[in-house]
Amino acid sequence: MCLMITLLAAVITTIVWYVNAPENKLKLGTLSLMYWGAALMWTIDGFFCVAEGEPFLDLSVSDALLGLLIVICGLIAWLLILLYSDPKKVFKAFQFKS
Amino acid sequence: MACFLAPAAEAIIVTIIKKNEQKKEEAALKNGASASATITSGSGIPWSSKLGWLTRMLWGGVFLLAIEHIWHGEVVPWPPFLTAMNNPADIQPMLMEILTVGGSMVLFVTAVWFVMTLVADRIYKKSSALASAAK
Repeated sequence: MCLMITLLAAVITTIVWYVNAPENKLKLGTLSLMYWGAALMWTIDGFFCVAEGEPFLDLSVSDALLGLLIVICGLIAWLLILLYSDPKKVFKAFQFKS
Repeated sequence: MACFLAPAAEAIIVTIIKKNEQKKEEAALKNGASASATITSGSGIPWSSKLGWLTRMLWGGVFLLAIEHIWHGEVVPWPPFLTAMNNPADIQPMLMEILTVGGSMVLFVTAVWFVMTLVADRIYKKSSALASAAK
């Protein structure tokens, strides 16, 4: 479930990025690439699970919760990157005002 | 156990290469003439941008996989950080996992990125050809 949820997050963020492209002020490309990177890595992990006789997908509730945590952590990381890089220069404008 | 360490190593290397490439491109832009060929290697999209896609995929993947390993208790916030290191019998399988699973992750992500760059170059060339034809 974790792989499925991360893949879904990757697809959704890619669609949102494309809808907003070519303007990339919210760094949505970074968020989608983060999810794609993790999804690709877990796909490989899944193939190794199959090779060891385990199922490709873990459909447990615990793994679904992990998937949700992964999506939230990705969003938090993206938010920190966004605030640090400040592409809309919000903090600079605030500095000049004060 | 610690398969994300192989992509983490690649992420560090690619980040260093990307920084060097960025410096080269900035220097080439300052020099002006014949810069575009050096920067984009003839494709249109700068190499530093392409390497940026790979670093984002790798660092993002490594970060999210690290969260998964913390969830499963394979990584802890105190030394030696990897629980497999506590038992000498687990060290050998852990290293094997880094080599096999981690190595495959590195190859797969890099291969996907490589295909991505080829497709992006094609789209860029097609759109620039259409734009020049419209003129």
